[in-house]
Amino acid sequence: MVENRRFLDILAHAVLLLGVLAVAFPVYVAFVASTHPSSDFVSGVVPLLPGSEGLATYREVLAGGGSTQMSVPIALALKNSLIMALAIALGKIAISILSAYAIVWFRFPLRQLAFWAIFITLMLPVEVRIVPTFKVVADLGLLNSYAGLSVPLIASATATFLFRQVFLTIPDELMEAARIDGAGPIRFFRDVLVPLSQTNIAALFVILFIYGWNQYLWPILITTDDSFTTVVAGIKRMADVTDGEPRWNDIMATAMLAMAPPALVVIVMQRLFVKGLVETEK
Amino acid sequence: MQHKRTTFRHRGLPYLLLAPQLAVTGVFFLWPAGQAVWQSFLREDAFGLKTSFVGLANYTKLLHDPQYLGSLHVTVIFSLATAALSIVSALVLALAADRVLRGPRVYTALLVWPYAVAPAIAGVLWWFLFNPTIGILSYALRALGHDWNHLLDKTDAMVLVILAAAWKQVSYNFLFFLAGLQAIPASLREAAAIDGAGPVKRFFTIVAPLLSPTTFFLLVVNVVYTMFDTFAVIDATTEGGPAQATNILVYKVYRDGFIGLDLGGSAAQSVVLMGIVIVLTVVQFRFIERKVTY
Repeated sequence: MVENRRFLDILAHAVLLLGVLAVAFPVYVAFVASTHPSSDFVSGVVPLLPGSEGLATYREVLAGGGSTQMSVPIALALKNSLIMALAIALGKIAISILSAYAIVWFRFPLRQLAFWAIFITLMLPVEVRIVPTFKVVADLGLLNSYAGLSVPLIASATATFLFRQVFLTIPDELMEAARIDGAGPIRFFRDVLVPLSQTNIAALFVILFIYGWNQYLWPILITTDDSFTTVVAGIKRMADVTDGEPRWNDIMATAMLAMAPPALVVIVMQRLFVKGLVETEK
Repeated sequence: MQHKRTTFRHRGLPYLLLAPQLAVTGVFFLWPAGQAVWQSFLREDAFGLKTSFVGLANYTKLLHDPQYLGSLHVTVIFSLATAALSIVSALVLALAADRVLRGPRVYTALLVWPYAVAPAIAGVLWWFLFNPTIGILSYALRALGHDWNHLLDKTDAMVLVILAAAWKQVSYNFLFFLAGLQAIPASLREAAAIDGAGPVKRFFTIVAPLLSPTTFFLLVVNVVYTMFDTFAVIDATTEGGPAQATNILVYKVYRDGFIGLDLGGSAAQSVVLMGIVIVLTVVQFRFIERKVTY
């Protein structure tokens, strides 16, 4: 702070408090809605203070059977989300660290071409090539499977670039020393590079886990069988009610459950999260 | 392209290391993208029995389709409004957080978690707040004299999707602005203060120019976000309605391809979108390489 101005300090705190409240408001309303019985919503406006039915609602949602649109318990959808998010995060890290290693420490024909092939995936988000990608996955027989949910999303140029960036900062002497000591390329990778990249791997994991967990379009397209649906994709199905009012308390409880894991990851690992976010965009 | 001064010599290993990434890229990225380009030159008859090569006909049809042009218009408004709203509010919050001495960490923690909320969930939350029959905000608006109904009113629908999309993006912009502000040397601002520049003048003459690279970067990232990642926001709230008022380009590709089954038209739209992403990516990279332009 440059100078002492009481008014500006108070203003800054007021702005921040207002921001925090505005950001939290929709989630607060959702939480309140999840703690009331569904009959409370028929009368008109959503209540603003928590009710007493919370535990019952969450238990019912997790065990399933409440909604006619979702034939599976949300506990199963949460498990599917977790499997998909972990597979995408770990898969992306694994294949990107290997390809970055090849690009930085080897010279071979077609290296430039490989680099561009990876680079171009940045420009092809799944949303713009939905129909043909769906067809490829269908032809491979991967509809309604964990492989179909995760493998097509695993290629990542950003992760490869991040590792390439990290590797370029590692001094040449380290590799020379390793070579003099008789370490081959695989040993150097395992005993030097992976340990050196640990924090980057962790930071990347946080970002990629959130990315995987929050996927929406892809799971809706390739899961026709409810037992493979993820929680984020399933919530729409619960809300699409053709006759009568949706069961608001169930929907909002599901929304809370869908938000909690990635939000916890961000809050608990704030340091790593910020690092991952800032570095993958460089 | 950069590589190490000393490299390993090995014939097969680098290919083996690259194989998984290239396989996934080839099968699920390049091949489908190629298919989309190829399909955009074809047209299927009504029964899907015969496919004929029609050249650029799908593209010319697209450019003369009022619905497509309408969708383009909607996308531009939606992208710019969402980017502007989330960038400005994030900047205000970041300036405040940069100023407070007590508890900036706590505020940051309380402001960044919406990054973790899925766009689809953000859509559902705002859809609930503005639900015409039971939503708390539509109730408040009715008390103020505005009869909110995003199911019927085009402007209301647009405002709803903008709010939902911007709400989720503020946290991201906030982090980048805060990092940008903290990178400005305190001595610059102190010198200006000694010369008699007040907080407002300092903001416009020192802080704003030094933040311009961050702002530009965020603008590009936000436009990309609103053009592609907000698919879920639209699908969870308005489904493109009412009367196409929120039918953004990505959503239209999906609807025409999967629900309308117009494969050629949808493929042509995909190709146009790829073109847009390529331009945006090139702009972003060009800019990052040059870094600073005051």
